[in-house]
Amino acid sequence: MITLEVLKVGIVSCSGEAIPEGTLSRIACRKVLDELRPGEAVTICLPLFIAGGSEEREFAAKYPTITVDGCEKRCAQKSTEKLSGKPARSLLIPEILKKHGIDAPTSLRNLRREEKAAAQVVAEEIARTVDEVLNA
Amino acid sequence: MSGKTNKVVVLACSGIGKVYGAIARETTYELMDRVRPGVVVTTCLPLLVIEDSDAKKLITDNPVITIDGCPKSCAHKSVEAQGVKPARTYQAINFYKAHKELKPDGIAELDENGRKLAAIAADELAQVVDELAAGGGK
Repeated sequence: MITLEVLKVGIVSCSGEAIPEGTLSRIACRKVLDELRPGEAVTICLPLFIAGGSEEREFAAKYPTITVDGCEKRCAQKSTEKLSGKPARSLLIPEILKKHGIDAPTSLRNLRREEKAAAQVVAEEIARTVDEVLNA
Repeated sequence: MSGKTNKVVVLACSGIGKVYGAIARETTYELMDRVRPGVVVTTCLPLLVIEDSDAKKLITDNPVITIDGCPKSCAHKSVEAQGVKPARTYQAINFYKAHKELKPDGIAELDENGRKLAAIAADELAQVVDELAAGGGK
């Protein structure tokens, strides 16, 4: 008998409290989880790789993982690689914005209308990457 | 006493899964932007996870307040993992327990209750910030 397991993708987002791209990343990732690919993606708070236990550190072993970073320091990608496992894909917000000809956000909180539109574009890019990983 | 006014570093939970993570972040922004601008600063918590030298120096040189969104206490533990003891530690849910008329909702973006709760929490933390800035914590 063949058991079909529903595979989910793990998303690890930059939380970037100090940069607008971090806020954009958080909002875009929540859109993917709640609206664009509900039931197909899960997330973990990035600092849990340090503060949590072995279960949290097994995240990237349990799920093919997409990291989403807000800046070139790439905390999400590096933390996942170092403490959990190699990500299936690594995305960078500035690269996504550049690809779509969108200016960098400037708001840390209370995104402006055009920044909310940018979050939607980023979320759709992440959702497409979820599909690629699930269909790989 | 030197009279030097320190920066006070406030580090919030990074969570994107629970409303109290959002409360922690919003309280931090209220402190930075409205209550004690120029005194309260923050940095990205994940920078401590990758042991970024600038972030580590910031928390080593200044008193640190952590505000966590759940009992896993990532902000608190991430600071301690760098060998630094936070001057004060808070759980955002306790802000709600003290103001039960303001039940917050929202994760990516807080509702009105959440924003009001964070503003009140920031006002209540102002005295602690002042004490630490005056050298009372480090």
